[in-house]
Amino acid sequence: MSDLLQIENIRKTFPGVIALDDVSFTVTSGEIHTLLGENGAGKSTLMNVLTGLYHPDSGEIRVNGQKVNFTSPRVSLAYGIGMVHQHFMLVPAHSVFENILLALDNVPNLFNRRQYKAEIQLLIDKFGLDLDLEAPVWTLSIGAQQWIELIKLLMRDCRLLILDEPTAVLTPQEADRLFGVLQQLKEQGKSIIFISHKMREVMQISDRVTILKKGHSVASLERGNFDESKLASLMIGDDQTLEWQKNLQMSEEIVLDIQQLSVRNDRGLADLDNFDLKLKKGEILGIAGVAGNGQKALAEVLTGLKTATHGRIMARGEDITSSNAKNSYIAGIAHIPEDRKTIGIAPDMSVDENLIMKSFKNNAFSRWIFQDKKAIRRNASEKIAQFAIKTGPDGSPVRYLSGGNIQKVIIARELSEKPAVLVALYPTRGLDIGSAEYVHKVIADGADRGMSTILIAEDLDELLKMSDRIAVMFRGKLVGYVDPRKATREEIGLMMSGEQQGGAA
Amino acid sequence: MKLITERREISSPLIRFAAPIISIAIALFIAGFLLLANGVSPLEAYREILVESLGSMYGLSETLVKTTPLIFAGLGVSLAFRMQIWNIGAEGQIYIGAMAASGVALFSGIGNHWLMMIAMFGAAFLCGGLWAGVAGFLRARWSVNEVIVTLLMNYIAILWVDYLVYGPWKDPQGFNFPLTAQFTDAARLSEYFDTRLHSGFFLAIFCALLLYLFMERTIWGYEIKVIGSNPKAAQYAGMRTGLAIFFVLFLSGAIAGIAGFSEVAGLQHRLQHGISPGYGYTAIIIAWLAKRSAIGVVIVSFLMGILLVGGDSLQLLWQLPVAFVYAFQGLILFFLLASDFFILNRFKLVRSERHA
Repeated sequence: MSDLLQIENIRKTFPGVIALDDVSFTVTSGEIHTLLGENGAGKSTLMNVLTGLYHPDSGEIRVNGQKVNFTSPRVSLAYGIGMVHQHFMLVPAHSVFENILLALDNVPNLFNRRQYKAEIQLLIDKFGLDLDLEAPVWTLSIGAQQWIELIKLLMRDCRLLILDEPTAVLTPQEADRLFGVLQQLKEQGKSIIFISHKMREVMQISDRVTILKKGHSVASLERGNFDESKLASLMIGDDQTLEWQKNLQMSEEIVLDIQQLSVRNDRGLADLDNFDLKLKKGEILGIAGVAGNGQKALAEVLTGLKTATHGRIMARGEDITSSNAKNSYIAGIAHIPEDRKTIGIAPDMSVDENLIMKSFKNNAFSRWIFQDKKAIRRNASEKIAQFAIKTGPDGSPVRYLSGGNIQKVIIARELSEKPAVLVALYPTRGLDIGSAEYVHKVIADGADRGMSTILIAEDLDELLKMSDRIAVMFRGKLVGYVDPRKATREEIGLMMSGEQQGGAA
Repeated sequence: MKLITERREISSPLIRFAAPIISIAIALFIAGFLLLANGVSPLEAYREILVESLGSMYGLSETLVKTTPLIFAGLGVSLAFRMQIWNIGAEGQIYIGAMAASGVALFSGIGNHWLMMIAMFGAAFLCGGLWAGVAGFLRARWSVNEVIVTLLMNYIAILWVDYLVYGPWKDPQGFNFPLTAQFTDAARLSEYFDTRLHSGFFLAIFCALLLYLFMERTIWGYEIKVIGSNPKAAQYAGMRTGLAIFFVLFLSGAIAGIAGFSEVAGLQHRLQHGISPGYGYTAIIIAWLAKRSAIGVVIVSFLMGILLVGGDSLQLLWQLPVAFVYAFQGLILFFLLASDFFILNRFKLVRSERHA
């Protein structure tokens, strides 16, 4: 096997930050090479270098032994390096065929539609994908949309495919299918760089794993030379992981009772469809489901961003769906939003200011109509110490913080009011293991104090570890509850694809 | 070789300070050629601009007189900018403010100076605010683009004033000129140093300080900044963004409306056709250049005042056409705006090779 891609001593700095410092590894033809590293370890920067978005300060990239200089994504594509991004680059209103065509270079102005279609169909058949070329993209499942992204790269004859956390949006079954295809591609001599956090997957498909830590490539290990604990320890290194205990919650008191709730989205389709949910005091209720099955709508209703078209939300025995009590009650629900940067923070404002976003009118932070800057600063230094937030110089905008630290800012703000209910939407998405553990600990600690949590997450392992009960959602409906101590991943996976079974829990 | 631009993560203070100065220098340099083409020595002309606008008590007072409405309108526009709301309608709000203040001055019959001032001020504030508030309401309620509404309402406001001064409010003793009768003494702001400088200027400075405190120290200012930085985050933190949009546009228009009050009560002492020669549009540029800061608005307005007065003197002394003054201002603004790009980005040369 020959070396397809060699990366040698790549260094990339941003003002004040060394994102990559002396990173080296090689990818040979026909291997699945996993990049593993905490967030902030430099994975995204490295991928941006490989796809020509960033230019390294020093170091060399070789393709087939020839030194190359990726000045733009176009150049790296020309060398056969393509990437499937976490967020798909598709035009939803256009058909599958049109989307694929859009990605191709050198399509003549007058092109033979049938010939192109046949070519694409050939690829689809080869991998046994069921994909209707004429279907508009928005009608397809997330899994199917991912196939389109892959086909786009294959049509361009990419030799090296980079997949950035591809399984984040898939059911376990869909993920297995993806792995099957990746194996097939590998047998055809394609190379794959696979980025993931999920140990199980890394163990399952990697031929080689390169671990990145704080901008360095720490080690490259061949299959057989690594196991989960070895990878984890290399990845985290000397960093301490938090010790915490998940205590079982036994209370039967119901703090939130959602009955027959329906919510329509902007297109008039039902995001929630006669959805029922009961939340008990002090429990962590995990919500399992493939992304896009109504989890977001559920969180939005509970935080007042959307209104229900039908159904009731009962809190402490009172109907709060559309009463004035709703606003005040909802104001008391803490919320860790899905998309930190788009709804969690005011990016141009300082950490101090972001920490008081929900409580800026409180007497603690204001005197009459004026803000009490001293109290705001004092609060910030307390929270920064308590949650170990790494910030820049005082007053610098929060957008300069890393993802993990932004999440800590949000959590510090949300939990500071000692809420009775927390709605956490993918709270550890994109976080490194250390930060994720910290988030888990904070939620578990809250549960011990009697806080009830609705935990919406995509990683089944995370849900199984954290939850007292798991509710499974499919197409806006509750499929059923399962007990995380008894249920298997397969059972839950089946329920996530809509199969009614699952007993009461 | 390939030239690429890269966004600076942090812009250096040196560049932030030097860029505007360099860009003004380049603008002056290029405008110099225009002057030469008109047979005027550039150095002499620039010296003349400074002397005329700053070199004498009269010149300085005239500069401050021009600065006054620019500060008000600039503050109004910049307040809305803080929330990513684009109030293009300051011009119309000036006219409405002037109209409301004039209405009170002409028809209320109040004799007491202070009562009259308060009534005129209040009318200008309220009417300017409501005028902009229409756009605020439409934006908050039905997401109607405020740029279009505020812009189009300028024409309505200007034509309204024209209708009044050509029609019902026309001074019977005015030899048929489009202007109203002169205000009584009670309806005039005091003047200073035997010049046209009036209390409106000090009111403008006070207003800037007040707005600075409002934005940087109060909980409302905080709310506006959060909404401006990220409306979704604000909404989810429980802020009522719709109400805030209306309120901010109201206040923005109200402050621009005060410019109208200050112009009629301090300077013109009557309502007439064309009371604002585009102050409301210059205000947009001022707000942009001031980077939304209230204190910045005062400084930039003063620079604009120099340009306006100096430009007038170029017309008088060398018989340069007014178009030249506009071109001159345009050049300076163009390069100032361009300097923003260099503050935020940097150039980098990258070697590129032929590829497969």
